[in-house]
Amino acid sequence: MNALPETTRPDEAAGRAAVERYTAPPSRLARIVRSWEFLLVVLFAAGFVACSLASPYFLDIWNLSDATFNFTEKAIVALPMALLIIGREIDISVAGIIALASVMMGLAAQAGAAWWIVALVGLGTGLACGMVNGALVTLFRVPAIVATIGTMSLYRGVGYAILGDQVIKSYPEGFEVFGQGYAWGPLSIEFAIFLGLAALFAVVLHRTVVGRRLFAIGNSPTVALFSGIAVERYRFMLFAVVGLASGLASVCLTSRLGSTRPSIAVGWELEIITMVVLGGVSILGGVGSILGVVLAALLMGLVTFGLGLLNVPGIVMQIVVGGLLIAVISVPVVLTRAGIIRPSRR
Amino acid sequence: MAAAPAATTTRRSALHRWIASRDAALAALNVVLAVAVALRFPDFVAPSNLADILDDTAILFLLALAQMCVILTGAIDLSVAANLALTGVTVALVNAAHPGLGVAPIIVLALVMGAALGAFNAVLVWKLRLPSIVVTLGTLAVYRGCIFLITGGAWVNSNQMSDAFLGFIRVPFLGLTLLTWIALAGIAAATWFLNFTVAGRNLYVAGGNRSAAFYAGIDPWRMQALAFVISGAVAGLCGYFWVSRFAVAYVEVAQGFELQAIAACVIGGVSIAGGLGTVAGVVLGALFLGLVKNALPLIGISPFWQMAIAGAVITVAVIVNARGDGRAAGRRILEEKAA
Repeated sequence: MNALPETTRPDEAAGRAAVERYTAPPSRLARIVRSWEFLLVVLFAAGFVACSLASPYFLDIWNLSDATFNFTEKAIVALPMALLIIGREIDISVAGIIALASVMMGLAAQAGAAWWIVALVGLGTGLACGMVNGALVTLFRVPAIVATIGTMSLYRGVGYAILGDQVIKSYPEGFEVFGQGYAWGPLSIEFAIFLGLAALFAVVLHRTVVGRRLFAIGNSPTVALFSGIAVERYRFMLFAVVGLASGLASVCLTSRLGSTRPSIAVGWELEIITMVVLGGVSILGGVGSILGVVLAALLMGLVTFGLGLLNVPGIVMQIVVGGLLIAVISVPVVLTRAGIIRPSRR
Repeated sequence: MAAAPAATTTRRSALHRWIASRDAALAALNVVLAVAVALRFPDFVAPSNLADILDDTAILFLLALAQMCVILTGAIDLSVAANLALTGVTVALVNAAHPGLGVAPIIVLALVMGAALGAFNAVLVWKLRLPSIVVTLGTLAVYRGCIFLITGGAWVNSNQMSDAFLGFIRVPFLGLTLLTWIALAGIAAATWFLNFTVAGRNLYVAGGNRSAAFYAGIDPWRMQALAFVISGAVAGLCGYFWVSRFAVAYVEVAQGFELQAIAACVIGGVSIAGGLGTVAGVVLGALFLGLVKNALPLIGISPFWQMAIAGAVITVAVIVNARGDGRAAGRRILEEKAA
């Protein structure tokens, strides 16, 4: 702009204004309306209204509170999974970690451990499993997809090897607080944990150097490496955090069910990854927001709850989740091709 | 242009030597395993038991080779087991409704339906350029859910299946079942397809170097689409074999079996980054899993250990692969990772 002379003819000024209007970044409002998160809010609002019209029991604060249980544990894992996928990795073994951590907690409970030791065993198992995944990817240089496909059956398999088809149902007093307790009024402890973690992850991803570096790694690991970012260390930490969060989800789930069996949380990896992708995180890495993931978790919870109100069986919901996953990744591509949205977004 | 083929040839022959030694090592591993078990239980290597093991592993041979085609192009198909189950349950229902139909229409239906389910993956990967792992994770859930929609959760039992439907794969011929012979024919067909046809070689090119393939006039995504259709058709055919062999069809048929097929490929030395792998390696990898599976109950290990052992074997195999495969290791740092 400085290159232009101070005095210009009126038609030149008009032309410059037109160019500026065309090249200027879109206004704040336009950006918000065009954002993926806004779309999720609209969908959520529409679903909310539809559900409240469809069922007189929907708009009850305790019903809504109950409804949060069906997605909160998955959403807890979805938060670090979002960071992992933004960093261009993926972890398919999370449901296996949840199952193994639950089995380990069952063993601890059988041995007579106190409630907080049982919970620590769950968290520790999750962290250890996550660190094994991280070591496979960073030390042994195995692609994350294959490494976690292997550990997925390894972790759940160890659970089966330990417990077989048995069920452990006796947990120490106090352990039920994680999955059945309420923090404040109808706000469950589980959901409070999720909200706290969401705030924490949002700050880390969007307001700290660590978050900026994750985006850098996701956009180009090579450039990130040559910019002096310890890429492998970040990858390892991400896998460890995903493992720890899976352990936490296992604590909540085991506490809520009050029982352990190696077959719990089957297929959760699908729902967790769907949540992340639905939240606008690019599966190719480098793009995404925690707000989007939180909104996607709420939306999926709403869809599941709504279908439940309509007495749709669980396995049919699986079709919806799978279809949703495919639709969410294909719709932006189709819209971009048709010129309706700009290619830069995803 | 003239120099390029010469360079590839010298590199290929070096690669071939390396792969040959690797396949040889895997074959030795299989023999060692069989001999070790046979020292305690001599019946393990009796011809009739070996024939049983081959019959038991036949479906895995076919699925692993189909999965290999997909992995060679740099993609992965997680939906094979769900496709197998959906097609298997469908042909079982068709057979229950029309017992007099005979086997030929059932096989055609299984192939066509499987190929159609595979083509759905193919279109998403080819036309929309979507990452195959996400697409097939989604179709896995959808296909599996569709089984519930068409059966309502009910089982199709052996008494609802016609004798022809059940008997076809059990026809004995030269001491082996027809299913085993079909698997052996499948191995021969895969060897011919991947080594001696243009389309087969193009699968390697598409996964080996996407840009090079593109500039050589080979659309890598089209090759992925072809691989997904092949994988789907084979999965569909195996769907009929599975419900016929186990004489029952229900929603959870072959749940998690896609991992066995991928494991056979990974153990067999197929690079998950694409472009690398041999039919012999995959066959030996599948055979290894089959031997382990059949040896476990014999040496008194609970079947509940099977999943953990499979997982451990896959994990160890990928570590060994990643260390041996210097090409893939170098690629991870300096090039874009295959999605």
